[in-house]
Amino acid sequence: MKLWNKLMCYCRRRSPWLFHMNSGSCNGCDIEIIASLSPRYDAEQLGVRLEGSPRHADILCVTGPVTHNAVEAIKTVYGQVYGPKAVVAIGSCPATTNVFIDSRTLDGPLHKHIPVDVFVPGCPPRPDAIILGVAKAAGILAARGNKAQTTEIATEPVVVPESSEVHA
Amino acid sequence: MMTPEIWGSLTTALARLLIFPGLVFAVPAAWFFLWVERKAVARMQGRIGPPFMQPFYDFIKLLGKDAPHRTGIGGLLMKAWPLIAVSASAGAVGLLPVLPASGGFQGDLILLLALLELPSMCIIAAGFSSRSIFGEIGSAREAVLSVSYNIVFLLAILSIAASQHTFSLSALAQLPASPLRWLGIAALLICLPAKLHLNPFSLPNAEQEIYSGPMVEYAGPELAMWELSHGLEWVAATGLVATLIAPALTLWWAAALVFFALSFLIVFLLSVTAAATARLQIDTTVRFYWQCTIIFAVLAVASALFMRFRA
Repeated sequence: MKLWNKLMCYCRRRSPWLFHMNSGSCNGCDIEIIASLSPRYDAEQLGVRLEGSPRHADILCVTGPVTHNAVEAIKTVYGQVYGPKAVVAIGSCPATTNVFIDSRTLDGPLHKHIPVDVFVPGCPPRPDAIILGVAKAAGILAARGNKAQTTEIATEPVVVPESSEVHA
Repeated sequence: MMTPEIWGSLTTALARLLIFPGLVFAVPAAWFFLWVERKAVARMQGRIGPPFMQPFYDFIKLLGKDAPHRTGIGGLLMKAWPLIAVSASAGAVGLLPVLPASGGFQGDLILLLALLELPSMCIIAAGFSSRSIFGEIGSAREAVLSVSYNIVFLLAILSIAASQHTFSLSALAQLPASPLRWLGIAALLICLPAKLHLNPFSLPNAEQEIYSGPMVEYAGPELAMWELSHGLEWVAATGLVATLIAPALTLWWAAALVFFALSFLIVFLLSVTAAATARLQIDTTVRFYWQCTIIFAVLAVASALFMRFRA
């Protein structure tokens, strides 16, 4: 049983499947997520796969400052991802609502609604920072084991520094 | 009651189903082929691609995820479809006449065709029982695709069987290939991308249009079973073509080696084709099979029957 758990942790770290969700983003971060899968950055080396269905995913990547319309959708999609799961907030918008702060159309930031494990700030963040954020989230998944994600706002979210570079 | 003869054939059948070319060989081979597919696509796109053990990691990870809670008859069926698909494709792999003198019976070709068809039936049923709009569209596409390529696929097999006067797989594998058989094999190769849902015929699981089609509501261990069934389908479908191409060898290890090398070659060929092409529309696909390829298959069958009457 112990060996099985060890194997499971090992495999969870090496097979993060993403679901990408836009909560009113300007599309800048979405383009960077796609760029991180492109030949230049090639996130598939870490086992990353962009999935079409939230049911298949392990890591929910959210971009955008969370508009009023997106709140229910975010909660639904978060519920549709089966555990163990992690959430990565991509860009400055989901972390702080960025330049849209105090806008009456927003209900952000993201961690008001769902627990967030990793923040990748930047406007937009570099693809290598996104890959580092996903790798950290995969590490969190492996370390957390079968325990559920805490329902409160994540106690100590990981922040990927804006200038970080991954040398793959 | 049980004569030694029956015991002997039973143990051979079990060994074929469980060891070679059955589960012990087929499951690692399935993961290997899934990796070859992803790696070939990555290399064609100028990427490095996933590590060697990636399909294994994915499988174990999916086994460890939470299982969806399903109730009622619909839920029971949803749980049953991936298991039926896995067992059917494992059975299909077990029937392949890889080793010389490995037994088999008259008509096992027909059983193999039925078992190869079962996973795609399960996919259709799974999409409809998921009650998801994307799943239903995917299932409808899979059904249309299945009707289109199966005509050609079955005619090609029929022409091979008719040209060599037998429905027994081991007899077909041992007879030397006639020119007519090569025509049939070419038709089979044209059908394989549609059978394995590869580009340009990856319509049922088109990611960008309908998410993942019939699989959209599946998660965790059930999805792991679907991935495994897909891998086993790779082994069975490429293995069928490989046994038809392979020369008859008496040494068992040489036969196994040639079988694996030929399967690998076909997998590589299909993956490269998939990476080099874009997805066709459903009507173009149907037209391709019904208008272009079927002529080819009908010609093969007609000439096989003609040769048979002349002989």
